[in-house]
Amino acid sequence: MAEEFKRPSGRKNDESRPIEAEAGVIKAADGSARFKIGDTEAYAAVYGPRELHPKFLQDPKTGILRCNYNMMPFSGDGTRVRPGPSRRSKEISLVTEKALIPVMNLEDYPNTVVDVFIELPQTDAGSRCAGICAASIALADAGLVMKDMVPAISVGQVRRNLIVDLDGAEEHMDENEGTDIPIAMIPSTEEITLMQGDGIIDRDDLKKALEMVKPALKKIAEEQRKALLNKYNSTGDQK
Amino acid sequence: MNHEMKEHIKQALRKGRRLDGRKPEDLREITIETGFLSTAEGSARVRCGNAEVIAGIKMAMEKPYDDTPEDGVLMVNSELLPMSNPDFESGPPSIKSIETARVIDRGIRESKAMDTKKLCITKGEKVWTVAIDIVPINYDGILIDMGGLAAMAALKTTLFPTVKEDGVVDYHKRSTKKLEMRFLPIPITVSKIGDVFVVDPTAEEEKAIDARLTVTTIDDKKICALQKGGSEPLSVDDVNKIVDIAFEKAAEIRKILEKVN
Repeated sequence: MAEEFKRPSGRKNDESRPIEAEAGVIKAADGSARFKIGDTEAYAAVYGPRELHPKFLQDPKTGILRCNYNMMPFSGDGTRVRPGPSRRSKEISLVTEKALIPVMNLEDYPNTVVDVFIELPQTDAGSRCAGICAASIALADAGLVMKDMVPAISVGQVRRNLIVDLDGAEEHMDENEGTDIPIAMIPSTEEITLMQGDGIIDRDDLKKALEMVKPALKKIAEEQRKALLNKYNSTGDQK
Repeated sequence: MNHEMKEHIKQALRKGRRLDGRKPEDLREITIETGFLSTAEGSARVRCGNAEVIAGIKMAMEKPYDDTPEDGVLMVNSELLPMSNPDFESGPPSIKSIETARVIDRGIRESKAMDTKKLCITKGEKVWTVAIDIVPINYDGILIDMGGLAAMAALKTTLFPTVKEDGVVDYHKRSTKKLEMRFLPIPITVSKIGDVFVVDPTAEEEKAIDARLTVTTIDDKKICALQKGGSEPLSVDDVNKIVDIAFEKAAEIRKILEKVN
């Protein structure tokens, strides 16, 4: 491993960027949150459980979770992002749903949908993870029963060094030669609910990466809980 | 909106009161924050009561239109995010979001608030494009006025990105060069509910509107854009009253905008 590697931000290899988390930021939503990690910021709003249209999508056994990930037009790294769904945003919406559904229990709400809208006003890598972090707080804020929080963060490899929470500068280092693995985990069981990989990594390094990322995920879960506690003070009244 | 709610709003207005305690011509308290988005060349957040809207500016170097080879390109877009209110749905832009963007666009374009000639780099080949995107985070009432204000605050504080030696834009480095604005057009929408004129309606009040007129002004004399909305007609008298209110309210907004740097 190259000893002299220094992260552009000066962070330690296992250090994530500063986090801000807030619940209840969107007044008209049933639940909402803002999650910011470094210069990547995500809003999430939850509406539902509500009636699902078109009707043929309804499931009489359970409510369904529907996530929609969207980058605001001015949130991209370079030029303007064209509004509307893209192949990328649709795939991210899909994996976001799959990351969250294991902690949900929507069987009490048959034929309904829980809509989660994730919007990113600014991004500097790690936007799908920030979206999942925000969505998780928003779902809890909506009063839905959840087995646990779902924190998410990326772990990766740049110049043979394993690092946690890659930022844009790191993602683009050496002509995008780095490896990026976004991970979402249920902290209490350490089960993984999101895992994607982008780039080459040795099998042994992947094992190390999965151990290395755990403390960062647990720290995020704490921030998520704190955000909820801040909204609801000790008497249980809404702020 | 149900009939009873509309009647309730109207009755209160006849007594000069609104559901949130304001008088018909009172604006909610406005706060503006700028420059908080790392990825945008300019950004502004306007909070107005429970409403919150952000405007972001993205600039790019592109080929100009054939019929205006020396002019930079201005683009205004707004999206009524389903995140911001349960009334909005996913999908292609609604007519409401298109109208919002077009009315704001007209105010900027027709007043020539931006000197598009100054955005020309090489005639017929390269000009700056300025894209203004307006999105509500918390939707609580007509977006035209709040969105227009956010756009102005964002434009006023926009800095050009730097250009590398090979002519490619470097979005990671912002220059110190400001986007010059000749005017700051302010749209004010005055709505008629029953016989009463109101400004800055909440989302609830918005549903009770019979007619509305947006008047965009650039100073205390000049109007640069107009848009009549709502299903009921307006008399000439109504229009004259609305124009007076719009100038008065725009002056209030301009005072707030002056402090934005």
